[in-house]
Amino acid sequence: MTDVTPEKARDASADLPSAKVTHPAREMLGMFFSNINAVVGLILLLAILAFTFIGPYLHTTDPFEMVWAPFAAPGEEGFLFGTDYLGRDILSAMMAGGQVSMAIGLSAAIISLVIGVTVGAFAGYYGGWVEEALMRFTEFFQVLPTLLFSMVIVALFGASLFTVTMAIGVVSWTAVARVTRSEFLRIREMEYVAAARSGSARDGYLIFRVILPNAMPPIIVQANLMVGSAILFEAALSFLGLSDPNVMSWGQVIGSNRPYILDAGFAVAIPGIAIFLTVLAISLIGDGLNDALNPKLRQR
Amino acid sequence: MDLLRILGIRIGYGLLLLLAVLILNFCLISVAPGDIADTIAGDMGGADAEIIEEIRVRYGLDQPFYVQLWRYMAGVVQFDLGYSYFYNTPVTELVLERLPATLLLVFSAQFLAIVIGTVLGVLAAKNPRGVLNAVVTFLALFGFAAPVFWTGILLIILFVSIFPVFPVGGMQNVTVEGGFFVKALDIAYHLVLPMVTLASIYLALYSRLARASMQEVLGADYVRTARAKGVPERLVLYKHALKNAVGPVITVAGLQFASVISGAVVVETVFSWPGLGTLALQSILARDTPTIMGILFFSALVVIIFNILTDIALRLVDPRIKAG
Repeated sequence: MTDVTPEKARDASADLPSAKVTHPAREMLGMFFSNINAVVGLILLLAILAFTFIGPYLHTTDPFEMVWAPFAAPGEEGFLFGTDYLGRDILSAMMAGGQVSMAIGLSAAIISLVIGVTVGAFAGYYGGWVEEALMRFTEFFQVLPTLLFSMVIVALFGASLFTVTMAIGVVSWTAVARVTRSEFLRIREMEYVAAARSGSARDGYLIFRVILPNAMPPIIVQANLMVGSAILFEAALSFLGLSDPNVMSWGQVIGSNRPYILDAGFAVAIPGIAIFLTVLAISLIGDGLNDALNPKLRQR
Repeated sequence: MDLLRILGIRIGYGLLLLLAVLILNFCLISVAPGDIADTIAGDMGGADAEIIEEIRVRYGLDQPFYVQLWRYMAGVVQFDLGYSYFYNTPVTELVLERLPATLLLVFSAQFLAIVIGTVLGVLAAKNPRGVLNAVVTFLALFGFAAPVFWTGILLIILFVSIFPVFPVGGMQNVTVEGGFFVKALDIAYHLVLPMVTLASIYLALYSRLARASMQEVLGADYVRTARAKGVPERLVLYKHALKNAVGPVITVAGLQFASVISGAVVVETVFSWPGLGTLALQSILARDTPTIMGILFFSALVVIIFNILTDIALRLVDPRIKAG
């Protein structure tokens, strides 16, 4: 989740050209923190991160161990969130599952970010037949229902953490590619790019050192949303039973307790709330980043 | 005439995309470890090498890759997508049997989301400080953040367990007797919860879009002109502004088709709706590759058809869109 912290966002904005005298990074941070939704989202996310990553040191029950009778209601016998269908502690499952959900969400988002930025950057920079070919390639991935496609990948190559992450990353980069391409199309006509080009800069330098840093703001916003949707994606896959059975994740807890919803709805509701709050926090931060990184809005 | 030409180009291009989908699927399956013969042998409880070899010959798996691909494509042209050994049925038959249920779910959910989303968006744009504006903002956040299967399960807990109003799943009650109308009503009754669940994701998106484009349109000169010449506010909203604000919603709705089918896979599983999604999950778990490929092919076909239809519809609605 590091890419949504203000430090990271500040790095990106530090590269932004600015006509104003105020340091752009400070200005951006100010924008971000004056947005109440974004601050709430950030606090929520930090709380969830603390819960999943520090929590297990305070609450040491093994999430796979059967500690009590099945379906103890939340609060009963000292089980804050109750027990699941095998009598395992749901609180521990939430902590362990959160680590997996977030790790998969983040790494899948990074994979699709790398693919999407590469495809979009080359398409937008070179134009012509390169753009045509790459955008057709992108369109091809938009025609296949992503979930169905990644279900097939996971089923064919086995349900391990690696294949699940790859399956999510490989199918969800198209939006990033489109955003990157349109930014590149806009920026490549700018005077400072022409100036760099007349200084006989090479293509690689122009793409990655001149244009990409300036194209970052919308890509950062998109990447942030990608983490959220990758978490949802992973949850859907594990809900359908297509995840590593030896690893606990939020979606998997929902999927495995689903047959008993009419008797013990809490075992399904609690992990759902965890996913909901996490993705909500991420999208609130995304809205805040969007406002803070958008120079048009800033001048208002 | 111009429209026909565009239609022709679109269809030709769609066919190329389909071909690419076929080839990719075929490559994917041949790269993956294990094949149908291994799966069948596994289902039989193990078999010796001789029998596995026999199965391979029967399914043509002993042929080189390009021969297999060619045979498959030759079949697809004749609408033969192979044979499902798991269901013991031709794949085309299997898929066509399940397709209507999925289309019904997808269409009704899209329709519900577009209509309610547009109405909400318009009302919210009209009244930026109103309650509805807050509702749209809330819906937009909720729709993105709530996992769709979880929404479905919560609806089941609420409307099946706590207030027993709706059935827990399925598409029809086989004990219901009567004519076409009674059966249709029964299906509609079963459709309510899955439809609302699937629509919830897109409702968020469309209402936000409708609000944004409505706000933009309401600031346009021609709206001010209409108001100035004394056109009643209701007409301004629903005749002048809405017509132009609904374009982005339709565009995005058309582009969402692949994503709606993904959503339908999950929703069908939650409500045991007998569509392509449940079939996909079953055949994936059974490693029934001919069926999986058939489903991928058909879903790509449906998505391409709807992309073309959306494109044509937009051109008909908005004459400003030029060819290209």
